[in-house]
Amino acid sequence: MTRQPFILRNPSALVVLALLAAFTLAVTLMSAAYGSGVIPTSTVKVLGKTLCLALAALAMDLVWGYLGILSLGQMAFFALGGYMIGQWLMYARTEAIVAASLSGNPIPPTAQELREAVANQIFGVVGSADLPLVWSFAHSLTAQLVLVVVVPGLLALVFGWLAFRSRVNGVYLSILTQAMTLALALWLFQNDSGFRGNNGLSGLQNIPGLDGVGQARLSIWFLWASAAALALFYVLAAWVVGGKFGSVIRAIRDDETRVRFLGYPVEGFKLAVFTLAAMITAIAGALYYPQAGIINPAELMPIASIYLAVWVAIGGRGRLYGVMIGAIVVSLLSSWFTGGRAPSIHLPGYTVNWVDWWQVALGLCFVLVTLFAPKGIAGIFDRLAGILPPRRHGRDLGPDQGALQEQEAKA
Amino acid sequence: MTCRLIALLLSLFLVLPAAANPALEAVIADHLDQIERPSRRTVEPLVAQIAATGPEGLGLLSAWAGRALGVTETGRLVIVAGDGATDAVTGQAVRGADPKMLRPNAGVRGVIESALVAGEVSSPDRARRAAALASIARDGTPEHLAALRAAAPDPDPALAARRARIEKLLAIRFDADPAARVAAIQDMAGDVGLDFRAALNPLLATRRVASTEEPQGANIAGELRVGSADFPREAAVALLTAQGLIQPRLTAADQRNALAAHIVDGRVGGVSAAELSDPQARDRAYEALEGAGTVPPAATEAETEAALADIRFFDIFAEPEAAVTDAARAAQRGAEWRLVAMKGIDLGLDALSLASIYFLAAIGLAITFGVMRVINMAHGEFIMMGAYTGYVAQTVIADRTLSLVAALPLAFAVTFAAGVVLYRLVIRHLAHRPLETLLATFGVSIALQQLAKNIFGTQARPLTAPAWLEGAITLNDVVSISTIRVAIFGLALLFLGLFLIIMKRTRLGLEVRAVTQNPGMAASMGINPDRIAMLTFGLGSGIAGIAGVAIGLFAQVTSELGQQYIVQSFMTVVVGGVGNIWGTLAGAGLIGVLSKVIESFNPSNTLAAQTFMILFIVIFIQFRPRGIIPQRGRAAEA
Repeated sequence: MTRQPFILRNPSALVVLALLAAFTLAVTLMSAAYGSGVIPTSTVKVLGKTLCLALAALAMDLVWGYLGILSLGQMAFFALGGYMIGQWLMYARTEAIVAASLSGNPIPPTAQELREAVANQIFGVVGSADLPLVWSFAHSLTAQLVLVVVVPGLLALVFGWLAFRSRVNGVYLSILTQAMTLALALWLFQNDSGFRGNNGLSGLQNIPGLDGVGQARLSIWFLWASAAALALFYVLAAWVVGGKFGSVIRAIRDDETRVRFLGYPVEGFKLAVFTLAAMITAIAGALYYPQAGIINPAELMPIASIYLAVWVAIGGRGRLYGVMIGAIVVSLLSSWFTGGRAPSIHLPGYTVNWVDWWQVALGLCFVLVTLFAPKGIAGIFDRLAGILPPRRHGRDLGPDQGALQEQEAKA
Repeated sequence: MTCRLIALLLSLFLVLPAAANPALEAVIADHLDQIERPSRRTVEPLVAQIAATGPEGLGLLSAWAGRALGVTETGRLVIVAGDGATDAVTGQAVRGADPKMLRPNAGVRGVIESALVAGEVSSPDRARRAAALASIARDGTPEHLAALRAAAPDPDPALAARRARIEKLLAIRFDADPAARVAAIQDMAGDVGLDFRAALNPLLATRRVASTEEPQGANIAGELRVGSADFPREAAVALLTAQGLIQPRLTAADQRNALAAHIVDGRVGGVSAAELSDPQARDRAYEALEGAGTVPPAATEAETEAALADIRFFDIFAEPEAAVTDAARAAQRGAEWRLVAMKGIDLGLDALSLASIYFLAAIGLAITFGVMRVINMAHGEFIMMGAYTGYVAQTVIADRTLSLVAALPLAFAVTFAAGVVLYRLVIRHLAHRPLETLLATFGVSIALQQLAKNIFGTQARPLTAPAWLEGAITLNDVVSISTIRVAIFGLALLFLGLFLIIMKRTRLGLEVRAVTQNPGMAASMGINPDRIAMLTFGLGSGIAGIAGVAIGLFAQVTSELGQQYIVQSFMTVVVGGVGNIWGTLAGAGLIGVLSKVIESFNPSNTLAAQTFMILFIVIFIQFRPRGIIPQRGRAAEA
C-alpha cells in the first residue's frame, strides 16, 4: 500500500489551516492598524493571546490526549517561556530608558555604570541592586530566544526522566507534576530568586527598538506570529501523532505494560513527547506574555495548569482540533463572563450575577462533560464524521477492571 | 516603666479610705522646707522616715516622685490628680487650693522610687509584691538592687524564688563589687532564660578599635586578623577611614561628581568629556586634577596596604572588668549548648503539631485513595466546608466551648453527606477511570469554592477558639507550644485510634479492607463494593470536615482554606504510601519534621522551605515510588 500524502491523511489539518488563515485575515482587515478598526486593539490582543492558549492546549493534548499523562504542571513551561522572553524585553527596554536618562549627565556613563543603573532600575523594587546570575544573557535577544525552548525543555527532560524511570504513573504522576509547578511558583515568589518576586516582569508589551510602531500594529504582528506558530505546530503535532510514532504513543496511553513487553523503549517515547510538548508550550508562553504585558509567579500556580486541562477535556482530548476549539471557546467565554459584560439573569428573588456564578457553572459543566461526554466538543465532529465508539451494551459482569461485559460474555 | 509603677501605686493609694496619720503629720511639719527643696545627698533619711509612717506616707512618696505633690500657701501638702486635689495626710479632698507643684530632680526621684519599691516588695499584699517585682524585672536600677537586698524575705515561696532571681540579675548588671557579679553569673550559668541572656549581652558587647599597639587599660576581647571570615578587608578599611587613620578611598560616584564639577569648555584635566565613558580616561583626568591641586588627593592602594600592615585591630569589651567578662563568656558558652538542645525540643514540638495537622488533613484522602484509587480534588473543599460549618455553629451558639463541641459532629455530618452525594452522583460513574475522576472532582472543587465565596464573601471569617484553648503551654523562654496545637495533636491521636478501631474491630472495617485488597473477590464473598466505597468515601470526607474545624481554629477561614492544605495532603499520601494508616502517619511525620527543619535554617523565608520540601519529595519518590509503606498484594498492581 502506498502512503498517502500528509494532507490526505490529515484532512482536518487543511481545514484548520484554512480557518486560521481566514480568521487572521478577517481580524487584520477589521483591525485599527490595517483595516476598518471595527475590532479595538485590546480585543486583537485578547484574540492573539487566545491563539497562544490554543497552542498550549495543543501541546497538552499531545501529552494527555495521546500519551495519557495528565500533566498538571503544563503552565509552568508556558510561564517559563514567558519569563525567558520577558528577561530580554525588560532588560533591553530598561537599558534604553536608562541610557537616555544618563546621557543628560555632563559626563557620559561607563559601561559598568550603565549596567549598575539598569540593575538598580529593575531590581530596586525587591531591594537589590545587583544583576542576578540568571540574567547573564538578558542583554542578548538570540540567547534568550534559545533559552525560551532550552530551559523548559531541560526542566521537562530532567523531571520526566526522574519520573518515568521510577515508573511513576497515573494519578501519582499528575500530583507530582502539580508539585513541580507549585515548587517553581513558590521559588519564583521569593524576592531573592532573581525574578523580581511577586512583582514579576512588567512592561513587556513595549518591544525594544519598535517604539515608533505603536500597540495597534504590534498587536496585529503578534496575532500573525501566534497564528503562524499555531499553524506550524498543528502540522507538526499532526505529523507526530500520525505515523508509526503516533501509533506507539497511543499504544502507551492504552496499555503501557504491553508496549514495554513488545520491546519498545516506553520511557524514551514518553520523554520525547513530554519534552516536545514542554517546548511547544514554552513557545506559546513566549508569544503570550508580550501581548499580556506582565508576568508574575501567580501565572504558574497549579490552578492555571488545571484550567488548561479543563479546556482540553471540554474540547475533547485525543483530537488536535478539538482541544483548540476547547481552549478558544472556554477561555473566551471565561473572560466574557468574568469580565462583567454578560447580562445577569433575573430570577424571582435572586439575581444571578455571572461574575459570581460563572465558576460554579464552569465547574458543574466540567463534571457533566466528564460524565456524559468524555470526548468533549470533538465528539460532535466524530459523530458527524461517523466515527462511533464500539457499541458495548450491558453492565459489567464483575467490579474489576477489564471484566467482560454481558454481551461479550455471551458471544 | 517606673512612671507606670508610680501611676499604679498612686491609683491604689487614692482609693484608700481617708484617715489621719499623726506620725506623717509630724514628719512633714518638721521637714517641710526639706521636702520643698530636697537634696540628693540628704534626702534619704527623710524618705525612709516618711515611708515608715504607713500607706499614707507611701502615697505621698509616690505622688512626690511622680511630680503630683504640691504645697499650698498654708503649708499643707496636697496630691494633685487631674483637676482635683487631696490632702496628702488626711486624704480629704481640698477645694480651691492653688498649690505650688514640687519638682524633685532625677536623683531625688531615684531615692524615692527605691524606697517605694522597698516598701512595695515587703507589702503585706501578695498581688502588690508581685506587681512590684514585675516592674523591677522590666526596668531595674541600682537603687532597686539595694532595696531588694534590704527588704525582708518574702513569705511566698514562688515570689521569693522570683525575687532571688531578679536580685541576681540586678547584681550582674549593677553590683559595685566585681566578685559579687562574677558570683551571680556563675550562680546562674546554664540558665536559658531570656532575661539572663539579656543581662549577659551588654556585658559581652564589644567595639572595634584600630591602633598601632595594644590599648592600655582596656578589657580586650581579642585581636582581629584582617581578612578572616568575620573581619574582611573591607571592614578593616572602613574602620580605618572612620577613625581618620587613612584618607577615604575614592568611590566611582565621587570621582564622577568631582570630574563633573570641573568641566571647563567640555574638557576636564585635558581629557574631553565625551571620552569619559572609559574608566581609564576618567582616572587620567582625575590624576591631572589632583596634580593641579583642584581636588583633594584620595587614598591610594599602597597607602591602604601600608596602614593595614601597620595597624592592629582589637575587639574591646565595654565592660572594664576582665573577671566579669570571662565569667559571662563562660556562662554564655554553657548556655549555648542547652539553648541548642531546647531549640531542638521546640522544633520537635512544632514539627509534631504540623505533622498532626497534615495527618488530619490527609487521612480522609488516604482512605479514599486507598480503597478506590481515586484522588478527590474536592478534598480541600471538604476541609473548607468543615471550617465554615464551625463558623456557622459559632454564629448560632454563643458559647464558644459549646459551639465547638457542636461543630465537630456537625462538620462530620455535613461533609459525610457531601461526600456520599459526590460519590453517588459523580465518582461511581467514573469507576476505573482515575484521571477522569480527578478532573471531575476538580470541577466540583472550583464550583464549591466559588459557592463558598458567594455565600460567605471573600473576607476571612473568624473561628474563635474557646478561652481554655487560647494561650500557650510554656516550659521556659525557649520551649513553648500553643494550646490549640496540643489539642489538634490530641485530636489527631484520637482519630488514629478511632480509625484503627473501625478498621480492625468492626464489620465495616473488615469489608473495607477486603474491597481494598481485591474488589472482585470481595464481591464474590457477598460484600457490596459499591456500598463500601460509598461509606468509605463518606468517612474520608467526614474526617476532612473535622480537620477543617481544627484548622479553622488557628488559620483564617476563607474559601481558599482547602487549597492551602490540599497539595500538602497529596504529598503526605504519596510519600506515606496508600491504603495504610501507618503510611499516612509516617508521611505526615516526615513532611512535618522536614518542613520545620528546613524552615529553621532560614526562618524568614518559608517560601524557600516549601520549595525545597517539594523538591525533596520529588527526589524521594525516585527511591520509594510507592511511598514509605507500600501496598502489597494484588491491589498494588492495579
